[in-house]
Amino acid sequence: MSALKLSASPRSSDIDIDKIVLRYGNGENAVLALNGVSFHVERNEFCVIVGPSGCGKSSLLYLIAGLEERSGGTIAVGGKPVNEPGADRGMVFQAYTLFPWLTVAQNVEYGPKRKGIPQAERKDMVGHFLAEVGLAGFANHYPSQLSGGMKQRVAIARALANDPDVLLMDEPFGALDSQTRHSMQKLLLKVWDHSKKTVLFVTHDIDEAILLADRVLVMSGRPGQIKKEIRIDIARPRSMDLVMEPGFIAVKREIMELLKNGEDDDR
Amino acid sequence: MISDKTFLRPWGRMIEGAENPVSDRSLVKSIRTPFRPIPRSLAVTLSLAVWVVVITGWFALTYSGAVKEMFLPRPDAVLATTVDMALDGSLWEHVLASVQVVLIGFAVSSVVSVPLGLTMGTYRIVQAFLDPLVNFIRYLPVTSFVPLFILWIGIGIEQRVAVIVFGIFFQQLVMIADSARGVPRDLVNAAYTLGTRRIDTVFHIVFPATLPNVLDVLRVTMGWAWTYLVVAELVAARSGLGYISLKAMRGFQVDVIFMAIALIGILGLVTDQLFRLARRIAAPWAN
Repeated sequence: MSALKLSASPRSSDIDIDKIVLRYGNGENAVLALNGVSFHVERNEFCVIVGPSGCGKSSLLYLIAGLEERSGGTIAVGGKPVNEPGADRGMVFQAYTLFPWLTVAQNVEYGPKRKGIPQAERKDMVGHFLAEVGLAGFANHYPSQLSGGMKQRVAIARALANDPDVLLMDEPFGALDSQTRHSMQKLLLKVWDHSKKTVLFVTHDIDEAILLADRVLVMSGRPGQIKKEIRIDIARPRSMDLVMEPGFIAVKREIMELLKNGEDDDR
Repeated sequence: MISDKTFLRPWGRMIEGAENPVSDRSLVKSIRTPFRPIPRSLAVTLSLAVWVVVITGWFALTYSGAVKEMFLPRPDAVLATTVDMALDGSLWEHVLASVQVVLIGFAVSSVVSVPLGLTMGTYRIVQAFLDPLVNFIRYLPVTSFVPLFILWIGIGIEQRVAVIVFGIFFQQLVMIADSARGVPRDLVNAAYTLGTRRIDTVFHIVFPATLPNVLDVLRVTMGWAWTYLVVAELVAARSGLGYISLKAMRGFQVDVIFMAIALIGILGLVTDQLFRLARRIAAPWAN
């Protein structure tokens, strides 16, 4: 019951990014990765960042998660300034990051256990979130026994079970084959619809960006900046068939043009 | 038609979980293919065969008169000596004395090296401080410290234990720190985003993540501990396998030397297998 109560009143916050600068190294070897990036993600919004590789879009997520130190600017999640990693910002990584020494169930309850939530309640949460990602029968498996797609589903369940205010997703389906990726996108939309977390999702896959997003932020090449924001007004629930609709293709063309210009900028 | 099962039966289960039955032809192919698993029964047969080869060769060399008994004793003479010493009880006294030295030395070393090594691999400040010293000491020959240990610690069991500890501690430290450094950064990052505090990282993430590696390091260094036994019992020991082989050297009792060597090898093998078992039980996820 507690798990259901939990998902009925989910926590969710906005993200405010203001003039973020990220510089690696010193002196002549310094690389400017991000140069004055500002944007705002609404509460409950599904926001996707697309950009060419090396534009610093992943670094941006690491900065919001507090896993990297920024060179300038401010980040606030739910009005609170970000200076350190914390359980209020859940993250799903591109690499598989399930703890290999824990079973699927133990991975999902890792965060709640750190918070001191009692075992009976944790058990409900594990059951709820594993069912949510369609892995109810795999509670006692070890991550090494799962496929790539299943690992990422557990990673999503693990992040959500910790009830973060925002969910940061760094190309979580990048390593999956296209079939699995489509089913993961569908699953993510369903899970998001239930949880209504604020999601900031990074990808280089334009189809994925349009299918998932309320709003797409297009970034330029290094040093990364927000080039344009595009609101996606396609009604939900969305199906994979959308990729052949004219409206979808028009948006896709626009984003592709923006990214292509970015390449020209580099020359 | 002969089913695949007919071919499978004489070899039984495949090693490393290969489940497909093999025909005779694919068996020939698979043993010639690099890295390809071989049937378990074949592996067991071969690992016994190597001993048959060694012991037969030993018999052949001694009984043919090719090597004088003063240099290489006959296998049955070694066995007879072993039985004699086992019956009069002296063998057990020596085995026990050696096992005691090795186990205490190993335990003392590991209890410190595991937590310190993990901390060293995790925190750069600890590494920066200890690395130069550790890398200096680990190249020093243990033997040259034996007189110093006697001077400092005396000639009791503590001195023998100190030799074992000195022989393996710094090696353990370096290898354990290395495996801690190898923990994927994103695993630690994921733990942070789930609310793990920085101070808890070593215990909650680095330790479990490296456990299979740490157990492997312990297994390997346990083997090294056995090899330092003779050095440990070089001076001032009254019992132990290293001690009796050194004593036997003075009386040219080559059979006793061989017995001591064989027993050290067997004890090493036993501890090695125990560590493999411990790894399977403690880290079932890493198999």
